[in-house]
Amino acid sequence: MKHVYGWLLLTPAAILLVGFTHYPAAATLFDSLFSTGTGVRPSRFVGLANYAALTDDPIFWQVLGNNAWFALGTIPSSMAIAMLMAIWVNDRLPGRALARMAYFTPTVLPMIAVANLWLFFYTPQIGLLDQIGALFGAASHNWLGDPDTVLACTMVMVIWKEAGFFMIFYLAALQSLPPELEEAAKIEGASRWYFFRRVTFPLLMPTTLFVMVNATINSFKLVDHLFILTKGGPDNASSLLLYYIYQVAFSFFDTSYASTLTVVLLVLLASLAVVQFQLVERRVHYR
Amino acid sequence: MNAAGRRAPSLETAAAWLLALLWLSPLLYAFWAAFHPAEYATRLELLAPLSVDNFAKAWTYAPFPRHFLNTVMLVTMILAAQLVLCTLAGYAFARFEFAGRDIAFGLVLVQLLIMPEVLIVENYRIMSRLGLVDTLLGIGLPYMASAFGIFLLRQTFKTVPRELEDAARVEGCTFLGVLWRVYVPLARPTYLAYGLVSVSYHWNNFLWPLIVTNSIETRPLTVGLAIFGAPESGVDWGVISAGTLMAVSPLLVAFLLFQRQFMQSFMQAGIK
Repeated sequence: MKHVYGWLLLTPAAILLVGFTHYPAAATLFDSLFSTGTGVRPSRFVGLANYAALTDDPIFWQVLGNNAWFALGTIPSSMAIAMLMAIWVNDRLPGRALARMAYFTPTVLPMIAVANLWLFFYTPQIGLLDQIGALFGAASHNWLGDPDTVLACTMVMVIWKEAGFFMIFYLAALQSLPPELEEAAKIEGASRWYFFRRVTFPLLMPTTLFVMVNATINSFKLVDHLFILTKGGPDNASSLLLYYIYQVAFSFFDTSYASTLTVVLLVLLASLAVVQFQLVERRVHYR
Repeated sequence: MNAAGRRAPSLETAAAWLLALLWLSPLLYAFWAAFHPAEYATRLELLAPLSVDNFAKAWTYAPFPRHFLNTVMLVTMILAAQLVLCTLAGYAFARFEFAGRDIAFGLVLVQLLIMPEVLIVENYRIMSRLGLVDTLLGIGLPYMASAFGIFLLRQTFKTVPRELEDAARVEGCTFLGVLWRVYVPLARPTYLAYGLVSVSYHWNNFLWPLIVTNSIETRPLTVGLAIFGAPESGVDWGVISAGTLMAVSPLLVAFLLFQRQFMQSFMQAGIK
C-alpha cells in the first residue's frame, strides 16, 4: 500500500518534471541529429552533421570564449568584493544594517531593470561615464559600441549585481567561526591583515569553493542584460552561449542547430555538476 | 548579527561606507532622474524642481497596469501550484518507502541544474503543441514542479519526529490528514523562505516569459519593461527610470521591510 501512496503523491510533480525537463532534454539530443525542416524540405536524419557545422562556426567559438571571459571576469572579482563586504558587515561597523542593505539590494532587482539603469551610464556623451571622463578631459567613448570595451561593461554591471548575493554566504560562514580564534589572535597581538590572511581566509575556503562552482553554473544563465544593452553586439562581442541559442532558434529559426548548441550547454552544465558533487562529497569527508 | 565581532578601524569604516554608497548610487541616480524634469537628468543641482511627470508619462507610454496584473497573477499561480505539488512530492520522498524512490529523487534533482530557461527551444515546441503559447499557464507550467521546493520540503519533513505522526494516526487521521495537520504547520518557516525566493525569482524572470508571450494581455512586467526601455523605443531617460522603479518597487519595498527574511531565504536557496 505504501508503494501506491508514495507514487500517487509524486505523480503530479513527476508528470510536469518529465514533461518539461527530462523529455525536452532528451528531445534536444534527438533533434540535434536532424536537419531543420522547411516548407519545401522536411527534416531528415543527418547524423553528426550539426556538430560538424558547430566546430566550423566561428560565432559558436566566439560566444564560448565570451562565456569563459565573462565567468573569469565576474566571478573572482565579485567574490573578492563579497568577502570584503561580509567581513565589514560582520564587524561592529556603525550603521551596519544599512551597509548590509546597500550591498544586498542589487540582488533583488531584475536583470532587465538593472540593465535599463546601467544603459544610461554607458551612453556616449550624455552618459554618466562620459560625463565623469569629460571632467578629466577624456574624449567621449561609445562604451557599448566598441567590441573592445563592451564585454567589460557588462561584466562591471554583473559584478555589482552579484557581489551582495555572494556576501550572504560569506557572512553565514563568518558567523559560524568560533569567536575564540579572534580573541586568541588579539592576545597574540596579530594584526588584522595577518589574522585575515592566516585564519579567516583559509577557514572560508570551503565557502569560496562552493560559491565559485555555483557562480560558474549560474554564469551560463545570465543573459537577460544582453536584450537591453547590446543584443549580443557589436559583432557578437558581448554575446553569450544561451543568448546565441535564443538567436539561432527564434531569430534565425534554425531549431536543429539551436538544439545542437543546447546539447553543448547541457554537457557543460553536467560537467560542472560533477565537480560540484565531488566538492560536496569531500566536504562531508572532512567532518 | 554577531556581537562578538571586533570593531572595525575607522579607515575601514570609511571604506565600507564608501562602498555602500557606490553600491546604492545607480539606484539613487535612478530616483534622481525619475523625480526631476528631463533637463535635470544629467545636471545634479540640489534645488532642481521635483516632479512626478515622468511616472505619469511612463504609466501611459506602456500598459503598466496590465503588466502588473499579469505578473501578480503569474507569480500567485506559480507559487500556489508549487506549494501543492512540492508538498505532496516532498512528503512522498520523506516518509514513504516505495519502489524506485532513490532513482526518482535523483531524477528530480536534475532540474536543479537544467532549469527550464536552458531548454527554451524544446519547451517552446511543447507549448505550441499544447496550444499554450501566449498564455500565463504556458509561462508558469515548466516551473510548477520545482526540484528546489521538493528538496527543501523533503529535508524539512524528515526532521519531523515520527511520534507526532503516530499520535495523529492513533487519533484517526488519514495520511493526507497527517500531512495537513502535522507536517505542513511544522514546516511554516520553510514555506515562508521558499515563497520569498519563488516570488522574487518569478517577479524578475525574463527569458522564458519573453519567448512564450507575444501580446500585452500575457506579458509580465519584465518583458514589458524590456520593450519599453529598449534604446530604439526613443523614450527619454527620466521616463525609463520612472518605469523601471515602478516595476521593481513592490519587491524592493518588500525587501526593505523584511530584509533579514530575504537574505536568509536567498541563502537557503543558494545552499540547497
